[in-house]
Amino acid sequence: MAVFLIYRLVRLQIICHQSCIGLRMGSAMVPGRIVDEGDRRDMDRPLLQVEKLKFRFRGQSQDVVEDISFRVGRNETLCIVGESGCGKSVTALALMGLLPRDSVRFGSGEIRFDGESFAPSDHDRIAAMRGDRMAMIFQEPMTSLNPAFRIGDQIAEAVEQHRKCGKAKARERAVEMLRRVGIPAPEQRMGEYPHQLSGGMRQRVMIAMALANDPELLIADEPTTALDVTVQAQILELIAELQAETGMGTIMITHDLGVVAEIATDVAVMYAGQVVEYGPAEAIFNDPQHPYTIGLMASVPSLTGPRRRLSTVPGSVPGIGQMPEGCRFSSRCPFAAPVCASRPDLAEIAPGHRAACHFAPLDQRLERRA
Amino acid sequence: MMAQPATAQPATPATIDPQTVVADDPVLAARPENRVWKKFRSHKSAMLGGILVGFFVLMAVFAPLLPIPDPTATDWGAVRKAPSAAHWLGTDEIGRDVLSRLVWGARASLMAGVVSVGIAVAFGVPLGILAGYFGGWTDGIISRCTEALLAVPFLILAIALAAFLGPSLTNAMIAIGLSATPVFVRLTRGQVISVKAEDYVEGAHAIGLSTPKILRRYVFPNILPPVLVQATLTIATAIIAEASLSFLGLGQQPPAPSWGSMLNTAKNFLAQAPWMAMWPGIAIFLVVLGFNLLGDGLRDALDPREH
Repeated sequence: MAVFLIYRLVRLQIICHQSCIGLRMGSAMVPGRIVDEGDRRDMDRPLLQVEKLKFRFRGQSQDVVEDISFRVGRNETLCIVGESGCGKSVTALALMGLLPRDSVRFGSGEIRFDGESFAPSDHDRIAAMRGDRMAMIFQEPMTSLNPAFRIGDQIAEAVEQHRKCGKAKARERAVEMLRRVGIPAPEQRMGEYPHQLSGGMRQRVMIAMALANDPELLIADEPTTALDVTVQAQILELIAELQAETGMGTIMITHDLGVVAEIATDVAVMYAGQVVEYGPAEAIFNDPQHPYTIGLMASVPSLTGPRRRLSTVPGSVPGIGQMPEGCRFSSRCPFAAPVCASRPDLAEIAPGHRAACHFAPLDQRLERRA
Repeated sequence: MMAQPATAQPATPATIDPQTVVADDPVLAARPENRVWKKFRSHKSAMLGGILVGFFVLMAVFAPLLPIPDPTATDWGAVRKAPSAAHWLGTDEIGRDVLSRLVWGARASLMAGVVSVGIAVAFGVPLGILAGYFGGWTDGIISRCTEALLAVPFLILAIALAAFLGPSLTNAMIAIGLSATPVFVRLTRGQVISVKAEDYVEGAHAIGLSTPKILRRYVFPNILPPVLVQATLTIATAIIAEASLSFLGLGQQPPAPSWGSMLNTAKNFLAQAPWMAMWPGIAIFLVVLGFNLLGDGLRDALDPREH
């Protein structure tokens, strides 16, 4: 009974927040979601499908990332959400084949990119697609550009590497890309050095560079974290626009639920190297099922409604090797019960909506117990 | 001694004075080269170093055009003459003009400095890049060899190598170059380790650039400033080393002039003809001082943290 009451209380808090998050979602999510009939076939065959990706670093006793599965379709945006250290960024780096080869040990797992299937440890095949069919933008625009070269040369180099089209053509393309990402006077900017640009401008340059070869998949690792809020909105809008133009699939890694609400088609919530909840964005926001997701939602400060103490998820992510047996969240979970000592499956609780919790779907179970 | 990371270089916009930058072309004025030059110019001792080095370089380059006697021409009528109107800096024990030998000796000294440092950079920087970038056993082998060489004092190593190769200016330069290589390996390795962790190197991987290209275009230019500073300072050390080797008879061979060999002969006549030792000594002192000031100035100008 007590458990049920706590649960209800938390749910109530979330509903307050959704009034603001949900509203933004309704309007901003439209452009990326238009799917006409011709795209149906593509939708059946997702652009990227990751199956049970699992790896650890040399000398570690537990996997950093365990049995991660998700899919990204063309024109869709998957947001991977979770707090620092939950394995979001390493997952992205693994997909790009950017983890140091000699220190990472891949367990099981399969990556299917546009129907082609390969092992995550297949560095050569990933390297062949990197920068060409899939591209990545990073968190820190301030340090992600080579300080020793003009930005035009850097973008042109990315083009030349994959298109073998000669310098002049590559530079033309670079100017075009700079214009497309909304940089004024692109011809002039080509000759500037990174330190002459502001953070927002640099992130635009990074985006131009990433998209210069028309990648089918864009991985954005917290692209707006280092930027101020107005610039953040511009950059997100830009990514959404470019996505609508090119139909690329996007994986957005973030811990900002406001960002997720604005752009996500699907959401994967990660905790301690596992996907704990996965589903369409509306389902995750309107009906979060995993206690961790519920905690995350509750910890978003609200501008409207009564002022109250911000709720947090107590404790922090346990380190590798200190994970509790069974459910990795059980050490911080307000609903933890003896059954949590066994590992819950990521089970489907509604069509397309999966949660890794013994108590999901929460409503029925808890009501039954009450 | 050179702990500053070259990588911090990008984060310097704060040091640009907006008032002066707008002077002509704002884009041009804010380029890093120009910023460095501006900082360097305002550095008085660095400019003094530059002038000293420039003076000796000009002297060496234009030696054949200067109105001075042949540095090897002997004159038995003027042996060990004190400075006079005919021989401004005096003559040596077989009547050769000391000024002329000093000017021509500058060629040997500067060439020894530049060529030997060139050798050290040419070997040291690539090895350092390999060690720093690839790590693992590559790093293990290169670093252990470097450390073994570093355990031997610089000059002793150079003397041993020069003696092994045989006495000549070329061999002396090779010996000095190889002895100076370990310093560059270590410096480069350390810089590469810090640069390769930078986001832009990871970004270069993410746009699919090949490793050689990343090393050439992303790593190398960003480790260059400290290597440049070290090279300038090492030229000074190399000039002293060349003089030492020539003094010991392992460098420039007579009768060709070199500051070191001039000192060697001068030591026998210190009481009778002190000017024979004084002038090459002053020349070595000034050129070494010049290179050191220049190196310090470069270090300050290229260091983004100092204003």
